[in-house]
Parts: sequence; C-alpha cells; structure tokens
Amino acid sequence: MSVIEVTKSNFEAEVLKSDVPVLADFNAGWCGPCRAMKPMLDELAEGNTAYKIVSIDIDEEDELADEYDVSSIPCLVVFKGGEEVNRSVGLIAKDAIAELVEG
Amino acid sequence: MIDYDIIVIGGGPAGMTAAIYARRAGKTVLVLEALSCGGQILNTPDIENYPVEAHISGFDFSQKVQEQAKGLGAEFRFEKAVELRDEGDEKVVVTNKGEYRAKAVILATGSANRKLGVEDEDKLVGRGVSYCATCDGNFYRKKTVAVVGGGNTALEDALYLADLCQKVYLIHRRDSFRGDDTNAERLKARENVEIVYNANVTKLIAEKKLKAIEVTDKNTGDVRTIELNGLFVAVGRVPENNNFANLIDLDGSGYAASGEDCHTRTPGVFVAGDNRAKALRQLVTATADGAMAATEAVKYVNER
Repeated sequence: MSVIEVTKSNFEAEVLKSDVPVLADFNAGWCGPCRAMKPMLDELAEGNTAYKIVSIDIDEEDELADEYDVSSIPCLVVFKGGEEVNRSVGLIAKDAIAELVEG
Repeated sequence: MIDYDIIVIGGGPAGMTAAIYARRAGKTVLVLEALSCGGQILNTPDIENYPVEAHISGFDFSQKVQEQAKGLGAEFRFEKAVELRDEGDEKVVVTNKGEYRAKAVILATGSANRKLGVEDEDKLVGRGVSYCATCDGNFYRKKTVAVVGGGNTALEDALYLADLCQKVYLIHRRDSFRGDDTNAERLKARENVEIVYNANVTKLIAEKKLKAIEVTDKNTGDVRTIELNGLFVAVGRVPENNNFANLIDLDGSGYAASGEDCHTRTPGVFVAGDNRAKALRQLVTATADGAMAATEAVKYVNER
C-alpha cells in the first residue's frame, strides 16, 4: 500500500472503520519537518499490510485537525478500532515512527 | 580497518557542506544523521538572507544541498551517533545501529530546543505547548497565547503571533530585553501584547489541552494565573555535544570550545556549525564552518 490522502469525507471509512491500525499523519505543505518525514512514511507504507498510513492536510481539513486537537505539526496519531491509542508530535526517525504503531 | 576517510556527524547545513568540501578533495565521506537532513533549518518556511536565492524554504534548501553532496559521492546513513572513541589514527563512531571507523571526524550536531523544565511540559507538546511560532502559530488564530523568553527569537515570535492572535503575553525573567531594541519597541507599541517582566512560568494547567499557566514574580513571589490556549517556549537552544564531551572541551554553556579553525583538543576531531562556540549562528556561518572543518580534516588526513 502507499500513503492514502484522507479528507473529512473518507475519514470514517479509511480511519475509524479500518480493519487494521492506522497511522494518521497530520501535516501541511508549508511545514518543513512534515515534508522531511514524507519519504519515511512512503517507505513504511510500501508493501505494508499490517497497518495503513494516511495523510491529512490540516489546511484543507481544519475540522479534522480541530476534532483531534492537533495544534502542532507534524503530528502522528495512531488509531486502533476507531480509537486514538498513540500520538507523537515533531520530526522523528523512521524507526521511531514504526515503533509508534507497532508498539 | 578504516571505513571512511572522514565521518561527519550531523546532516544539517554545516555537516552537508563539510561533506561537499571533503568529497571535492577526493576523500571518502559518510554523513550520519539522526532524523532527517537539514536539521533546524527545516523549521524555516522562508530563507531570505542566504546569498543566491531571494526566497527558498528550509526544506528545499536542505534537499538541494543533500543532492549536491550525494552527487559528489557522499554517503548518508540515518543513524544516531551515541559515542566517539579516539584510537589515535582511527576514530570510532558508535551509532544506534553499528560502528564506523574513520581517519577524521567532524562534529556538526547542531542544537536542540531548550525546555522550560516545568512539570507536564513534554506531555503537552502539541497540546498547547510549542517551540516553533512560525510552525504552529496558525493554530492559534484569534486566540490567546504566551511566549516565554527574552532573546531575539522570543521577540520575533511574539511579534509574529501578535499579527495572528487576539492577545499575546510575553513572559520574561528579567526587567529588560537583551534582544534587538527595535523588536522590543515594536512589541511595546502593540495593543494586544502584554509584557510580564521578572517572571517565570512555574506551572502548566491542563485538562487534556493546556488552558492556563501560573507565573511567579521573581522579586515578590506573587503568583498570577494566565488563561490561554498556547504557550510558545523560546528560551534558547542546547548544543548537542554531550555524547562527545570525552574528546572535546565545552564552554560554560555546553558549546564546543573551538576557534575559527574548527579544531578541538583531539587531533582529527573537528567541530562545525551551531554546536561550536561563536558570535553569530546563521545558515551562512554554519556552511562556512563546514567548509573550514572539512578543509582542516582533509589536511589532517593527508598528513597522516
């Protein structure tokens, strides 16, 4: 799988009702650390069936950002069974991203 | 067994420039980066004071320099260097994943945000606490925020936020500013800015999200509660030299004590960029350090 772009309209289907854990990347195009993390997320998503990675543009999806109290980006939120189970703010290494969702 | 002529620890502007110079001098080079190339400059949305381009984002700048270094044959690995050993002609760099040997090492580790050191600070990062006004200011449009600090960064952050937010408190532990005078005067002229002098943030009050802070007056001990949505911490930076203090001298603030030649007390170990003691920390002085440290490292390797 590759990273899936998520908006308000497919958030429920892709994230809350997902059969596998979801790593949601709240980001913006003007955010340097977010852009620096993108290739790491792409690599983690590639061929990965254990969990999925979604990208949410906070400028377009301010309601989602508000709903999940995102006030600093990059912000990674892990969802399992529709519930938030983990969160990390700021640029982190690829291993640390994997650990966040794999536990 | 030597793996590389020169290992550069840190893939920011200083480290990547060092890699470019060392490769152009024909040396084999490994750059070790803990997170992502660029370092602190990634947080800058628009660089306007680096020669050649009038505007470039810190991310684009970092990408270009990395491509340039890679194009010249520098290797990059994303590992965190945790230890450096001096075995005379060989320097051993230990990372979270392995060990590498080089003839010379350049420490270009940069610096990290200094924290306030108040309880629950780490838990509230991203839930009201931020270290980057230009990154996160937009989340606090028309809201109330505070900036802590008295240096130029704090003043610039407060000015930036004053344009976005309903109210900005600037909390400073002294009774005057050591930062740029014009910025202080500009702030004082803003109607929505309140400067709280002689005060320290002593408590963060939160319910899931930050909702207020307590500040204590240094002289009177009076405690005041300020309700707010965001707290921007701008109390300086901490150089990342601790893992290498066995081989280099540090000044009182933890910066590598080294002159413009970027030498340290250990032959074959050089230092470049924001983690070095210096008068001006800018992109252009970081890249200048990279050039100097690499030139000295190349000379050292050639003389072995």
